[in-house]
This record gives sequence, structure tokens and C-alpha cells, in this order.
Amino acid sequence: MKMNRPVKYGTVLSMTLLLAACGNETADGGTAEGGSSDVSGSVQVDGSSTVFPIMEAVAEEFSMTYPDIQATIGVSGTGGGMEKFIAGETDISNASRPMKEEEADLLEEAGIEYTEFQLALDGLSVVVNPENDWVDYLTLEELKMIWLDDSDVDTWADVREGWPDEEILLFSPGTDSGTYDYFDEIILDGEQIDREATLSEDDNVLVQGTAGSRNALAYFGYAYYAENQDTVKIVPIENSAGEAVTPDDVTVQDGSYEPLSRPLFFYLKNESAAENDAVYEFAKYTIEMSGDMATEVGYVALDDAIYEENLELLEALR
Amino acid sequence: MNEKRIVIDDKKINRRRMYNKTGQVLFFLSTVFGMIVLATLLVRIFTQGFDYLNWDFLTSYASRRPEDAGIKAAIAGTVWVMGITIPVSLVLGVGTALYLEEYAAKNKFTHFIELNLSNLAGVPSIVFGLLGLTVFVRTFAMGRSILAGGLTMSLLILPIIVVASKESIRSIPQEQYEAAYAMGATKWQIIKTVVLPAATPGILTGAILSLSRAVGETASLLMIGAMAFIAYLPDSIFSSFTVLPIQIFNWAGRPQAAFQSVAAAGSIVLLVILIAMNSVAIIIRNKYTKRY
Repeated sequence: MKMNRPVKYGTVLSMTLLLAACGNETADGGTAEGGSSDVSGSVQVDGSSTVFPIMEAVAEEFSMTYPDIQATIGVSGTGGGMEKFIAGETDISNASRPMKEEEADLLEEAGIEYTEFQLALDGLSVVVNPENDWVDYLTLEELKMIWLDDSDVDTWADVREGWPDEEILLFSPGTDSGTYDYFDEIILDGEQIDREATLSEDDNVLVQGTAGSRNALAYFGYAYYAENQDTVKIVPIENSAGEAVTPDDVTVQDGSYEPLSRPLFFYLKNESAAENDAVYEFAKYTIEMSGDMATEVGYVALDDAIYEENLELLEALR
Repeated sequence: MNEKRIVIDDKKINRRRMYNKTGQVLFFLSTVFGMIVLATLLVRIFTQGFDYLNWDFLTSYASRRPEDAGIKAAIAGTVWVMGITIPVSLVLGVGTALYLEEYAAKNKFTHFIELNLSNLAGVPSIVFGLLGLTVFVRTFAMGRSILAGGLTMSLLILPIIVVASKESIRSIPQEQYEAAYAMGATKWQIIKTVVLPAATPGILTGAILSLSRAVGETASLLMIGAMAFIAYLPDSIFSSFTVLPIQIFNWAGRPQAAFQSVAAAGSIVLLVILIAMNSVAIIIRNKYTKRY
């Protein structure tokens, strides 16, 4: 028992001290007066995991310029981020697809006004295994038949004459991701994706799946293709002008890689931008930096004019 | 040698020996299998992550550049969350166990509670995450704060602590109670002088083991929204936070191969913390159990 007491009371004491220490602190304060880098406060950002690497890079630079502003960048997926945005928990919500109508309705119900900003571009990349030497390009119609749950296409031979009579293995991002939503809407017109497809929220799983099977077909964000060019092979996709195009910095930015180029967004709560200097500074910084940061982490920057317009949009909120 | 003398049993003996041998080989293989998997994991993590493991890794924030990325915010977040989880789960857990073992009447109701406790211990952590999200984050408006995370973690490990504490209290010999009662001690005096000292090693071992589970826990905190980039240290229990396993998970999902190595380096740090915590549990057990 003698051995026991110091341990026991020591623990109790340290807990009490800890709780007391916690009790003295106050919740994070709101806004501070003035502009420039002495602004303090906090910014809550959440949403798309696709946009996260860009926002992380922006926030990393931001925290050096504005050391007193606490910016938190969460990753809940586009849909999950929207839920928090609607619940009023966040100032900025990242999205890898435009806001859905029902989400807009819920925001209106909640009385939250917002502004949409384009941040960068991503080229959804359709890839196959490097051993696959028969696929030279795919049309949108072929893509649709392959991915549709309700179609007769199971093997490569069903897609085009002369291709091997082997079953296609499909790999797709998970249903929580904006990437899935975008592909489903653009290619499948919102219809049910093939139920036999392997879905994963982790894009690296899709890369590994594609690299591991000769008959694999997958799609995911451009950054994952750019980092894995040795292990997967890109498939050119026929655009509306009838040209088969592969995604790269040029074709994504000039719009010739379509319709699988998609804009990435962030949604800003107007009230936060108007009243919270920290949020305003962060949004401004994001617009100014996102082009460079996007390129650095594997996405494609927008035309400079769009960033200029975005800055004007933001100023109008003040 | 017996087999020469009892000739009749020769066949049976051989068969038993065969069973024995088969069992031995099977169990040996089971052990080896587990060891090989563990060794592969360790070798992979260490070879992959060792290069990224240095002082800068421990003292810088996450970054878009793998070579600059660090786990400062994640370590701080883990420590703060544990600062909430440890006192809350210990006080509530031991309190519940004491009540159920020492005070509560053994009737259907307490039996029902005990049954539920054992069930709760097996509920997937994501469910606790959902509970934390609705109750702490939304209803009590704590936001995605350390407080909400710490309380959710407490709920997650509470059943395990209660069960471990109950077992530990129950193993105290009846004679010790009787001796104390004979001296005229009240219930509280017995708890203070007999039950707690005798049960402490068991309680602490159970508590530390379940806390190390909490340190490695990811799913329930993901629900709360602890997956985040944070470039500041928490300054209160209402700050946003991220924790080690989530930071590792975050890096593992990146397209750049170098981030996989950073994730491995993070895993090494997490492993070291877990081994340290488990060692403390073993030391406590060895040091204090000798007395009874």
C-alpha cells in the first residue's frame, strides 16, 4: 500500500491540474481588427479529399504568412463537407463537383448564403493495365456500356470486335467521393454503375488493382495517374469533336480533354467572409495561390482571368 | 521403455503419439504464421520509414512536400485527447465497477447492465464515432474539438475498463472483506483501504491496455472530423485537432510514393508509443501483483 499511494495521488493530482488548466482557457475568439498579417482568428475548412492536397498546400503557406490565424482543413469528402457546411460548422467547403440541388435547398432553408469559387481543374483519368495492348482509345458510348450495370458488355470482345474475350475488371472510387458522382453523372447519366465494380475510397487501391490485373479498367483523379505512369496506362478518350485525347496540363486547361475534365470548387459562406477577417484573408490567399499550389500537387491551374474574377467576387462580399 | 511390456496398447499409444505430434506441429505453425506476418509488417515499415525518421519529423507540421512533413500537430493532438480520455474513462469506469461490485444488489437489472457492458465492449468503434458526432459534436455543440474527441474515446474504452476493473475487484479474497467488516469498517473505508489497493494493478493494467487501443483508434475520430491539416498547436480543449493514426491514414492515401514512406515513419512513432504504454502496463502488473 505504501508503494501505491504516491502513484495513486500523483495520478489524481496531475489529472486535476490538467482539468484546471483546461478550464481556464476560453473558446477560440472571433475576429480581430485591422488587415495584413496581424489578423488573428480561426478558419474552418472541410470537404473533398480531392481538393484537400491543394488546400493543404495553401494552408501550409498561409500559416507562415499569418501565424495568428488557425486554419483547419478537414477531409470529409465532398458530400460530408456539405453536410457540415449546411449545419453551419464550417466557413469554407471544398467540392470536387458542383453543389447538388438538394444541398442548395438545405442551405437556403438554413439561411446560409454562399458563393461558389473555382479553384483548379482535374482531368479524370481512365487507365488500364500496361499489358493491355488492345485498347487504343475509348468513346464515351463505349465507356458508358462498360460501366453501366444494366448492359450486355462484360468482356473486351463485347466492346469492340477483335478485342480479347476476357472479362473486364472494373475499379471505381467510392460512392462518397465527388469523383464517383462526377463520373456517374457525366458518363452514366446518373444511372447505376456496374455492381461488380470494386469500389474503394482509397485511390491507391484502384492503382494497385489496375496494376495487378491485365483486364483491369479504372478511373481516378489526374494526380494519381501522374504519380503512377509506370504502373498504369492511360486511355485516350474521344471528345465531342471526335478526337481521342489524353489528359495533361494543356488538354485539361484548354478544355479539349472533355467531358472528363472537371473543375474543383470551394464554397464560401458569405457571412463568414464579411464578418470574419481571418476567413476573408484565407479565401483571398487561396484564390491567389491555388493555381500554383494545384500545379505543384498534381492538378491543373485555371486560366489567370478566372482567378482575377474570383478576387472581384470576393471583394464584393466585404 | 513401456511399450515392450504392454504389447496390447501398442497401436493406441502410437496413435496418441501421432495426435500429439500433429497437434504440436499445427500449433507451432500457427505461432510461426503470426510471427512471420508481424515480422513482415515490421520490416516493411522500418525499411520504408526509417529514412524519414528524424528530429525534424517529430517537430514540424504536415506539409505538401514529403521531406518537410512532420507529425508535431498529430502528437500534440494525441496527447490532448488522452488528457481528456484518461481522467474521464478512469473515473467513470472505476466508479461504475465499484458500484456494480460493491453496492448494487444482484438482481435482474444489474445483470442486464452487466450483459450490456460486455456487449458494448464488442461494438465497432465507428458506431461510437456516430454517437460522438450526434451527441457531443452536434447536440452539445462542442464542434470538432478535442473535448468531443476525448469524450468519444472515453465512451469507446469505458466498457473495457469497467469489465477489467470488475474482474480485478471480484478476485479480491472474501476473507479480506470479512476481516475489515470485523474491524467495524464502513463500505467506503473498505473500498479505500482494501478494495482499491488490491485491485489497482488489475485496474491499471486494463486501463493502460484499453488506452493504447484508444491511441491507435482511427474510425471513431474520423467520424468526428479529426482528419485534418492543422499547422498550429491546440491551445484549449475546444481547438480542432488531428491524431497520429489519422495523420498516417491521410498520408497513406496520397498519390506520391514518398508519402507512403512518411506514413511508415509515422507508424514507427505510433508503434514506439504503443510499446511504451504496454511496457508500463507490464511493469505495473509485475510490481504490484506480488503483494497478494
